[in-house]
Amino acid sequence: MADTKKRIDEPTGTETVGHEWDGIEELNTPLPRWWLWTFYATIIWALVYTVFYPAWPGIAGYTKGLLGWSSEEELAEEMAEEAERRAPILEAIAATPIERLPEDSELLRFAQVGGESLFKNYCVQCHGTGAAGGKGYPNLNDDEWLWGGDMKAIQYTLEHGIRNPDHDETRFSMMPAFGRDGLLSEEEIADVTAHVRVISGQADPSEAAVRGAEIFGQQCAVCHGPEGAGDREQGAPNLTDAIWLYGGDTETIRQTVRNSRYGVMPRFGARLNPVEIKMLTAYVHSRGGGEDFVEVAENPETEVDERP
Amino acid sequence: MDVVLTRAFGWFALFLLTTVGVVLAEDTGFAIHLATVGAAALILGWLTLSNTDFEAVSGRILRAPADPGRYDDDPIRWGVIATVFWGIAGFLAGVFIALQLTFPQLNLEPYLNFGRLRPLHTSAVIFAFGGNALIATSFYVVQRTCRARLFAPGLARFVFWGYQLFIVLAATGYLLGITAGKEYAEPEWYVDLWLTIVWVAYAVVFIGTIVKRSEPHIYVANWFYLAFILTIAMLHIVNNLTMPVSLLGSKSYSAFAGVQDALTQWWYGHNAVGFFLTAGFLAMMYYFVPKQADRPIYSYRLSIIHFWSLIFLYIWAGPHHLHYTALPDWAQTLGMVFSVMLWMPSWGGMINGLMTLNGAWDKIRTDPIIRMMVMALAFYGMSTFEGPMLSIRSVNSLSHYTDWTIGHVHSGALGWNGMITFASIYFLVPRLWRRERLYSLRMVNWHFWLATVGIVLYAAAMWVAGIMQGLMWREYGADGYLVYAFSEVTEAMLPMYLIRAVGGLLYLAGAFLMVWNVWMTIAGRVRDEKPMHSAPYDEAADRPLVGQPAE
Repeated sequence: MADTKKRIDEPTGTETVGHEWDGIEELNTPLPRWWLWTFYATIIWALVYTVFYPAWPGIAGYTKGLLGWSSEEELAEEMAEEAERRAPILEAIAATPIERLPEDSELLRFAQVGGESLFKNYCVQCHGTGAAGGKGYPNLNDDEWLWGGDMKAIQYTLEHGIRNPDHDETRFSMMPAFGRDGLLSEEEIADVTAHVRVISGQADPSEAAVRGAEIFGQQCAVCHGPEGAGDREQGAPNLTDAIWLYGGDTETIRQTVRNSRYGVMPRFGARLNPVEIKMLTAYVHSRGGGEDFVEVAENPETEVDERP
Repeated sequence: MDVVLTRAFGWFALFLLTTVGVVLAEDTGFAIHLATVGAAALILGWLTLSNTDFEAVSGRILRAPADPGRYDDDPIRWGVIATVFWGIAGFLAGVFIALQLTFPQLNLEPYLNFGRLRPLHTSAVIFAFGGNALIATSFYVVQRTCRARLFAPGLARFVFWGYQLFIVLAATGYLLGITAGKEYAEPEWYVDLWLTIVWVAYAVVFIGTIVKRSEPHIYVANWFYLAFILTIAMLHIVNNLTMPVSLLGSKSYSAFAGVQDALTQWWYGHNAVGFFLTAGFLAMMYYFVPKQADRPIYSYRLSIIHFWSLIFLYIWAGPHHLHYTALPDWAQTLGMVFSVMLWMPSWGGMINGLMTLNGAWDKIRTDPIIRMMVMALAFYGMSTFEGPMLSIRSVNSLSHYTDWTIGHVHSGALGWNGMITFASIYFLVPRLWRRERLYSLRMVNWHFWLATVGIVLYAAAMWVAGIMQGLMWREYGADGYLVYAFSEVTEAMLPMYLIRAVGGLLYLAGAFLMVWNVWMTIAGRVRDEKPMHSAPYDEAADRPLVGQPAE
């Protein structure tokens, strides 16, 4: 009953279909040709595409397509091609002892670029995008090194990590928690702190610092050295400069003396291959603070120190 | 009286049951949810006992005439208010998480961190804002185009309130850390079951109304609503097939595993876009555009062809979300070619909407509601071109996992779904509350411009961010090593994130104008302003055909 008669719609000159719902009518416009042909074209394209690429499933498999393309194979081929391209240079790096890498500038550059990419994957989370570190994470751009900054030392640190409990060769040392374990009283800690503030050039000498110096000599010098200049054998930081791993203000130093710190770095020997470790080493070494490797000859009297 | 007592007893029994459940619950989240349901039962029991007149509770504004000569518009009025309310909640959440991405300090652990707020945002805008808009408009449209009152009015009210309970349970669940871990299907098993019940009731009301229609034919808008209701039911049930760990706990595990689970999820996820956000909103378009333009639909034939091709092709397109994954190549290929074939069927809706303005193009200048509809259709056309393009394997290898996808989704969501919903709300409010006109058409115009500028900022920023991100991720040096760290890429996108947040803020500001406009219209106020054009309303014709059904 709501069917009105078909009529010609005046503005468009098109006939209506003759239905009406709540005042809405419909025109009997044919399908736009461009729409229809584009629709057909996409259908034809789709069918053709499925002929060339894996597409239609069946009972016992699927149509592989005329091109025989497979995403897994494509990836495998690309990876193999790239591996082949890199193979000679990677082999060269593998065959070169780390301390001799700087002798071959092309090899060194390649290692540094690869190392940078690895660094951005594995190291930036702690050491930061620019390797500038943060509280508890050393800045790798300066020339202050806790465990040594020549190629060999860096390689060792990367490979074996720092304070990895499950690994014997890991870099290891442990500063006592002087306060927590009752080795020093709060007043003594305050005195030692005052002394450290003096030797690091942050405070003027004081009575407390004089008392602290004595405690320092008994408790701290064994690792940090009598002058507080640190000892790389034990990863004991130099306390006389302006570089601080956790902070050089009074409160932070007290915290450190009271509770000690126990910074851990994963050992990457467990997740990267030796060539990758070398490349990473080359990159870290290149950040600005890399030191020359000095091989101390067994008998300095008869042999000359070698400087590669 | 006996009936009242029995009902009240039922509600209190449910309350006691939930209380026992709260005590026995395996986890706090589940206990809080049971307590929420218990509170709802308690309120209902109390309302029943005190014999409250529900009509009076709904108040003067919400009162519907019991007159069978009028359409049953109560649930629609509630639905319009709910749409506006959840819209604001969803947009606010969106702006906040956009700011969280820009300023990570805004992550307030644990309840308001990004991970919990993100599903809150997506569910609030899609299911709460979009869902309420779809339910409300479908009840409106189906009555008008069938010239029949709603079938099972009690069930229709249950659908409205049941759906709100679903939203509350879903939203609070996200904040409490309850999630099924499936994108756009995050609610856990018990909330899914509840939604299934509500949805079946919704289907009964809608199909029942169509069955008792007084019109010989079913209008195209109703085909789209039907496709939306039936397909969403199927998608929801299949993707949420899970086994609860305990009937008293919130956790459950999917019936599918591995790549099968992923495929099921994206079959669901893509068709949520196809049947919720496309088919459902096309249904709105097919009613409100010709009504507001006062013009016949451009092409009946196009509506048939694009409807059937759209629903046939859409359901296969899901695998394009899983390019270059463990999904077999053949399935990826099919997902891609079906997506490309979907281009023209999608555009059929845009053509039919835009060309309906033939003979009324001048209204884009004079009628701000038409302007919104046209912008909605333009964004619909843009995103349904972009979609097939992004589904092409090689394009996808650049765009996948980047913010390009976010930009694509939002040009569709903000531009198409948002704009067509705003236009429909502006159409509905004066008619539902029998007002002479909207409080202010000028404010609709302002809303239009704020939203449009907001979308442009949003989409443009995300295109730039996404393409930049994709290019930086895949940048290899001559030596064959990746050039950028993930953090460097993130840093590069910061300005784009800021622009995105500003775009979102503008969009939200427009929505606040709508709240004001709707509020004042309901309050019966008319702003003194220079008049703009809007569609006329013939109250006398807005009635069901009584006593003369067609069957």
